[in-house]
Amino acid sequence: MKEQKRTLNARIISDFIFNGLVLLISAACAVPLILILYFIVSKGLSSISWTFLTNIPKPVGETGGGILNAIIGSLILVVMASVIAIPIAVIIGVYIAENRNTRVAKLARFSAEILQGVPSIVIGIIGYIWVVRTFGGFSAISGSIALAIMMLPVIVRTTEETVSLIPGSIKEAALALGVPYYKTMLSIIIPSGFSGIMTGIIISVARVAGETAPLLLTSFGNPFISTDPTKPIASLPQLIFNYAMSPYQSWKDQAWGAAFVLLTWILLISLLSKFLTRRWKIQF
Amino acid sequence: MEDTILKVVNFSAFFGTNQILKSINMEFPKKKVIAMMGPSGCGKTTFIRCINRMHELNHDATTDGSIFLHEEDIYDMLPIFLRRRIGMVFQRPNPFPTMSIFENVIAGYSLNGIKLKKAEKEQVVEDSLTKAALWNEVKDSLHRRGTFLSGGQQQRLCIARAIAMKPEILLLDEPTSALDPISTHNIEELLLDLKNDYTIIIVTHNMQQASRVSDRTAFFYLGDLVEYDETQSIFTKPKEIRTQNYITGRFG
Repeated sequence: MKEQKRTLNARIISDFIFNGLVLLISAACAVPLILILYFIVSKGLSSISWTFLTNIPKPVGETGGGILNAIIGSLILVVMASVIAIPIAVIIGVYIAENRNTRVAKLARFSAEILQGVPSIVIGIIGYIWVVRTFGGFSAISGSIALAIMMLPVIVRTTEETVSLIPGSIKEAALALGVPYYKTMLSIIIPSGFSGIMTGIIISVARVAGETAPLLLTSFGNPFISTDPTKPIASLPQLIFNYAMSPYQSWKDQAWGAAFVLLTWILLISLLSKFLTRRWKIQF
Repeated sequence: MEDTILKVVNFSAFFGTNQILKSINMEFPKKKVIAMMGPSGCGKTTFIRCINRMHELNHDATTDGSIFLHEEDIYDMLPIFLRRRIGMVFQRPNPFPTMSIFENVIAGYSLNGIKLKKAEKEQVVEDSLTKAALWNEVKDSLHRRGTFLSGGQQQRLCIARAIAMKPEILLLDEPTSALDPISTHNIEELLLDLKNDYTIIIVTHNMQQASRVSDRTAFFYLGDLVEYDETQSIFTKPKEIRTQNYITGRFG
């Protein structure tokens, strides 16, 4: 009896320790995030000012100047990448979901999985070889293509998952009304999966907005504001990279400021996605 | 038979090499309710899915023989036009989740690119919902999502959506199997009204339902059309021993 009681106590204690450990380790995952936020806010916030957000960089040696070129550049790059990636990826995702067991679908799904694992610098090199060399110069469009390649797999996967969760009876309902297949997909299936597809799009946008490696070899960077897709263009992550590597303290401070802007942007996008998925949730 | 709307001639259906329907011959009279009865797996659902060619959505499905709508073989028609003339209601209610009640009813028009004026749309919606015995319940909430309705109401909405296209034939695949007894009763009442305008072919597991709503009943067993006659004769003096066994509950 005594023996039993001791083992019971031992069990309760080890259970307690185990639960405590799990809790601690789970909470630890917030530590890096909090540290990152702390550093970026504490170092970056002081750089943020109206002139910082609305001016282009000053020449080397002069203090002041801002990052407007990079903000506009990043916006253009991400919008162009989305315009390229979203239609292709959604079509692929719907195709895979609809034709699960065909060879083409298996190939497409496999390719998307592999593509997701390709390092971003490799995609930058591919963009350099295929687009930059072919068209004879660094350009915003080549940067967008590299980013679009990075967006593809995420959107393909989420679209596929979303569409395959839509009950087949919805599709049958449309087809039984004599609605052609393409129209059923475009007007019934894709809208029914809208919130899921949108989540994938927003996750991929948030992801590529912070990508540096694919842009180093494609969009190159530009100290001035450029809106010409065939010319080099600035971007926030690349500006952070260049400024952080520079020997000038003023540039290092500005790199923190730019990091703050980028982080805020991505945070806002994530919050927006949470809001939208809740707002547009479809009930079957 | 007078006023035949649909004539089935030596019709067989297959999934791969598996024969589901074995050389069916039957005729469907206009503006009657015809019940398809039989145990699970007897081919009755496959049969009605062949009538509007939904069967062929399955990649390894094939058919043999002919089905004539009036004089025209439906397998010579384009499925998208055929399906506008032969409407279908499914086992589970399936209103379009992104659409309001109003949009659901006119979905057959809007999705097929048939333009209607605003007044015409309203007319079609009111007529169809009235015929589907749903108008009084939803007339004040036409712009709410169709999926907020109860199961029975959703099923009547699906019937309204099908009859909005003014089909000649309405196929119902066990339309009440997912519904409670009161909703089932409402739908059965509705079918008796609808046969003034449409030919109704209903698949049912439920013998009482077949005897309550139908004018003629077909009994399917293992892919064969065993017996097809006036409902009353089928239930009171079946000619085939298999029909008799099924009706008396010896199998099925």
